[in-house]
Amino acid sequence: MTEVRPDIIDNPRRHSWAQRVVALVSGALLAVTLAGCSTDSATETPLKTLSVGATLEPDTLDLTTSDSAAIPQVLLYNVYETLVRLDGEGTIKPLLATGYDVSSDGLTYTFRLDRQAEFASGAPVDADAVVESIERMRQAPSATLRAQHEVVASVEAVDAATVEVELSRPSNMWLYNMTQKAGIVIDPAATDLATAPMGSGPFMVEDWLKGDRVVLEKNIHYWGTPGRFDEVDFRYIADPNAMVSALLSGDIDIISDLTSPDSLSQFSDASRFTIIDGTSNAEVVLGFNHSRPALQDLRVRQAICYAIDRAGLLDAVWGGKGVLIGSMVAPTDPWYEDLSQTYPYDPQRARDLLAEAGVSGLNLSLRVPTLPYATAGAQFIASQLSLVGINVTVEELDFSSRWLTEVFTNAEYDMTIVSHVEPRDITMFADPTYYWRYDNPTFAQLVASADEAPDQQRYVTLMEEAATMLADDAAADWLFNFPNLVVTKAGITGIPDNATTLSFDVTTIASRQ
Amino acid sequence: MTEAAEEKGADVAVARRRPWVRSVLRRLVVFAVTVLVASFLVFLLVALLPGDVARATLGLGASDDQVEALRSQWGLDRPLLLRYAEWLGGFLTGDLGQSYVTGESVSSQVAPRLAVTAWLVGLSTPLALIVALVTGVIAAVGRRRWWGAVISGVSHLGLAIPAFFAATLLVLVFAVALGWLPATGYEPLFAGRGVDLAGWASHLVLPVAAIVIVQGSLLARYVRSSFIDVLTEDYYRTARAVGWTRWRAVFRHGLRNAATSLATVVGLQLASLLVGVILVEQVFALPGLGSLLIRAVSGKDLLVVQGVVMVLVVAVLLINLIVDLAYLAIDPRLRRQGETA
Repeated sequence: MTEVRPDIIDNPRRHSWAQRVVALVSGALLAVTLAGCSTDSATETPLKTLSVGATLEPDTLDLTTSDSAAIPQVLLYNVYETLVRLDGEGTIKPLLATGYDVSSDGLTYTFRLDRQAEFASGAPVDADAVVESIERMRQAPSATLRAQHEVVASVEAVDAATVEVELSRPSNMWLYNMTQKAGIVIDPAATDLATAPMGSGPFMVEDWLKGDRVVLEKNIHYWGTPGRFDEVDFRYIADPNAMVSALLSGDIDIISDLTSPDSLSQFSDASRFTIIDGTSNAEVVLGFNHSRPALQDLRVRQAICYAIDRAGLLDAVWGGKGVLIGSMVAPTDPWYEDLSQTYPYDPQRARDLLAEAGVSGLNLSLRVPTLPYATAGAQFIASQLSLVGINVTVEELDFSSRWLTEVFTNAEYDMTIVSHVEPRDITMFADPTYYWRYDNPTFAQLVASADEAPDQQRYVTLMEEAATMLADDAAADWLFNFPNLVVTKAGITGIPDNATTLSFDVTTIASRQ
Repeated sequence: MTEAAEEKGADVAVARRRPWVRSVLRRLVVFAVTVLVASFLVFLLVALLPGDVARATLGLGASDDQVEALRSQWGLDRPLLLRYAEWLGGFLTGDLGQSYVTGESVSSQVAPRLAVTAWLVGLSTPLALIVALVTGVIAAVGRRRWWGAVISGVSHLGLAIPAFFAATLLVLVFAVALGWLPATGYEPLFAGRGVDLAGWASHLVLPVAAIVIVQGSLLARYVRSSFIDVLTEDYYRTARAVGWTRWRAVFRHGLRNAATSLATVVGLQLASLLVGVILVEQVFALPGLGSLLIRAVSGKDLLVVQGVVMVLVVAVLLINLIVDLAYLAIDPRLRRQGETA
């Protein structure tokens, strides 16, 4: 350590630090400039990159172990493909399979594979690979995937391009699930699904910079219509304000899931941005705990539904964006009917029903996870229920540490609010052990017979009955269907209005630039 | 400020080195003990958090038996002290265990994010010091002039703004309105294909500026007051009397006096600086330790929480140790305390 001493004689070396700083700064500037130049020369052949902002980053990319919706958001249809998929009208269309046959008893499905189909690794998508994938799903660590394949009795490769699946009972739901993540075909060569998923889609996972983005690269050997972008980045931005700034400043091209409807006004300039306001599969449910004596009385549940002004709630909680539904059915499901007027807002009717039930001074807990829609909705509901004489105690619980254990697992609650994002999850009401503890054998029977219905028309009719039965029974109060809010830079096309799957499908997206 | 010892011969210097070494050793021992105590507290706090990581991991379809099996597979059914000893042993060898949620090594999750946070802190702290020294000295020398008052006022303003708010303003101006710099994200300096200096720097300019505005303003207040002290000292008047210019006298005499109090404040400010960095990382969606911590807390990823908190604690303690050692270098009186102790 050199000592700086207060000597009076001036030392010329003292000045040199300033010169050194100047040299350092100019050197750094030069380096930045040079680096800038080299980047420019590297992009002489312009690469088309699409940058998609998404709110939740996955913990792992292995969708056989985790049910996180963030995994299919980036991988389904982009990286992994299914044998068949649904189009916008809900009709089943070929993808890796050119078609399929169902035996007359509805038990045997024979899929004919597209002989062109290849994995990104170059290996053919043959019957053995399909069999291996279905077997993998049947033994997946994810309980959801195992349950979705519960009806499968056996899978076998008839020849290189034909797969036969034997079911233990007919199931319409199984075929639907095969169009979703339960039906993806994984490259048998894949060794590490958690970081290096391998599928047959138009894009491949090139890199995953944790905490920042998943980089998808164009699969140049794609067997079908190739993707329009050389690279697609899924940028993970948890903070809603940061997400808005990222699109405003041009860091990203698309906000795939806008979680702050209030910020839509910042994108009102149609020459710069396009707003897509469609429907999703997510139902925001005010759940009742049916094991609580007070809530076992249908009149009490109906009174609660009459007492809540759901249109007012939607305005207050989610900027009026979203659809009022009235049952556990998304607007894009084939059996959707508008049941939102089953219990129109009528506080007097609510008071009458409570009096009829002989209930006065009812105290109920409303234990909600600390998520924006749930906490805002809880305050609104508590104040409305107090007007009809129900005293509501609102409690906010951290989602993963307390809500999952106390409310979801142990059912220690009277009422709660949570959004159910899985497609076609009305069947959860048929499970009496699910956290609603809703035990209605007639409903369970109806759902089961719908699943085994021999044709689509009968299936839809029975499911419509099931949805109406839930609404009439006030099994829950369906507050609203979450909107599918997507904002893009102007000139980006090919994004469907309604989100019918968990995937953010970039294979159809095009950009004018 | 006469330095008699400096003028003496080499033999005296050797004798003097002993107490110097002893002071350093004493500080190292205190550091080690503090780290040990902190590690136990961190472990205990995380272990006592509510919720069951095994249940959260297995999800909604798991039976109680499956949950118990996983708990014993992870060793969560063993005594707390044994688990602590194992974790501490791993920590000392750089192994923070395996994340329960992702099954990935915690160290490999922490390392790339530590780099981002370290760049933020490592670039903004010296810059904040430079800004503070320049503005603080000008404000001190010109404290009775209009320009001194203006600078002093501006630093007051910077002090009143929280770092995340400064960050939001910077984004609105330089990213959204002007479009000069990216609003979010990060590019590693050493990417797979080589060094990406432009990309890396452009993503760090605004976050670093946000921290420098707030930290620099705070430190500038300290610099200003300690330089004002110098201006009233006899030795300053003497220096001016023998013909030194005002600025030269201020820098020669003021710098070392300011350095001691600055080092103290920088050390004390470090904890609050890290909190500010966590918020700034959120605003700029930077993949640093802060965003990892927030994510791990909400996902019940206890070993990651434990690992990140421990890394932050050690960083704070380590920098305070460096500050302590810097005192020894700056202030010769402290070195001589070893002789009397």
